[in-house]
Amino acid sequence: MTEAGGGWRGLVVVTLAVYLFLFAPLATTALLAFNGSTFGGFPLHGFTLHWFAVLAHNRVVIAAFRTSVLLALATALLSTTCGIATAVALVRFEFPGKSWLRTLHMAPILMPETALALGLLLFLHMLSLPRSFALLVLGHVVLSLPYVVLVVQARLSGLTRSYEEAAQSLGATPWQTFREVTLPLLGPAVIAGGLLAFTISFDNITATLFWRPAGIETLPTQIYSMLHTSISPEVNALGMLMIILTTVIPLLGAGGALYFTRVRG
Amino acid sequence: MHAQALSDAPLARCSMTELSAARTRCGWWLLMPSVALLGLFVMVPIAVMLAYSFLTDAGAGLVRATPTLENWSELFTDPYYRIGLWQTVRVSCGATVLCALLGYPASYVVAMTRFRHKWVLLLLLFLPFWISFIIRTMSWIDVLGAQGAINTLLRTLHVTSHPLPMLYNEAAVAVGTVHFLLPYMILNIWVSLEGIDRNLILAARTLGCTPWRAFLEVTLPLSMPGLCAGLLLCFVLAAGSYLTAAILGGPGNFMFGNLIYDALNAELSWPMAATLSIILLAVLGCVTGLYARFIGLGQIYKGFSR
Repeated sequence: MTEAGGGWRGLVVVTLAVYLFLFAPLATTALLAFNGSTFGGFPLHGFTLHWFAVLAHNRVVIAAFRTSVLLALATALLSTTCGIATAVALVRFEFPGKSWLRTLHMAPILMPETALALGLLLFLHMLSLPRSFALLVLGHVVLSLPYVVLVVQARLSGLTRSYEEAAQSLGATPWQTFREVTLPLLGPAVIAGGLLAFTISFDNITATLFWRPAGIETLPTQIYSMLHTSISPEVNALGMLMIILTTVIPLLGAGGALYFTRVRG
Repeated sequence: MHAQALSDAPLARCSMTELSAARTRCGWWLLMPSVALLGLFVMVPIAVMLAYSFLTDAGAGLVRATPTLENWSELFTDPYYRIGLWQTVRVSCGATVLCALLGYPASYVVAMTRFRHKWVLLLLLFLPFWISFIIRTMSWIDVLGAQGAINTLLRTLHVTSHPLPMLYNEAAVAVGTVHFLLPYMILNIWVSLEGIDRNLILAARTLGCTPWRAFLEVTLPLSMPGLCAGLLLCFVLAAGSYLTAAILGGPGNFMFGNLIYDALNAELSWPMAATLSIILLAVLGCVTGLYARFIGLGQIYKGFSR
């Protein structure tokens, strides 16, 4: 099927419907965030920024946001360091049991998160250990590690070994070679992996509901508990802010970076 | 962590001139942190979970170390769990098929279009991955609810006088699940469609195939790995989810994940929650294992590393 036929036109219609399906609900939430009504639904009662002001004074939400950012930063840092080491080992070194280890590192992607979450909780129960923030971070590292490893691995296997060999033949130690040759070449993949880990952690709710220590709320669990009563304009405003925070800002950043490299290059 | 592992003594010895034994050790040292983490947080917990499923529930969140088969017999005799399993399979299969039906045409158009700003279309397909899952799920309340967009529209147009009950039923759960999974499906299909050599399609056309025939005999078979990877991923993710059902479903629309969560948080039964998790893990493990055996998991990894 090429672009000319009637079949193609049908496909384009389906595609547009898919885009509408993906984004119309988000647009609705964004629209309702500015609704003057005190209920979280239609009809629209004039434009207001009131709900954003209410949100700015909601201490619980702000605390949850702080927790989420801290959690995601710690996860991204640990997951990326751990992921780089793993990818280097899996791509650049030969040892027995490698394919088995590769499968082990991919396991969290294909395991139901609920089972993964419950397993860790039972283990803690068995050891009579309390839940803690540190364990929550490590749990998030487990969930994001496979993705970081995949991204870094893909980049690393595309890099020729000759740069590293050249550095070593010129007398660099393995650590120097890694720091001054491999790591800079991995740069984009490291940043992509780190961002991915950050997003996965920031967004996670399924496992977090099991793992969070008593009294600690992340932003997603906070939104979830706000939904228990009913949907309010405040939740819509929070949704709107999160959509902007997680899409528009990274897009502007990427767009800006692209613009400046073009201007300079 | 990485810096520490690298400055460790065995690694300092590893250089190109050393023998392979040293290289093996290097690899192991680099893998240590992640293997320890996955071992302690994934492998050991599975074993613990299996053990707990044979322990006695003493009520009120207490567990007695007396071995019993009670949890397993309850799992197989209580119709509540059978309904849960059946609903999980039904919703997951339905959502997966819908994802394929919607996702394939969309990936095809994005991969084949000669539209100048193709990257915008692509970017939009990747965007949902960045947007919070809970917000995406919640947004359906704004669409399907009694005060939602669709009901308001129908009322304004005088099609209905009372709001239609579109939320808190199985259809709403399915719609939410499709919304959450569709990007995964599209990503996987798009990756394999992009990898097809366009000359093959042209060759089929010059040899007299109609566009439809060329699609059926060249494009579709070559994009199968992506489609299959998408199907597996969507099914596994759908069957393991519980928040979509918790937010968009009614009291009767529970998935297996909800049963696990309730066994732990409402019934306070650790052994029952463990039993339910083991069975979910086993069922999905079998599906994934069969898939890995006959098709291979490589394509799924390829999708994610894009």
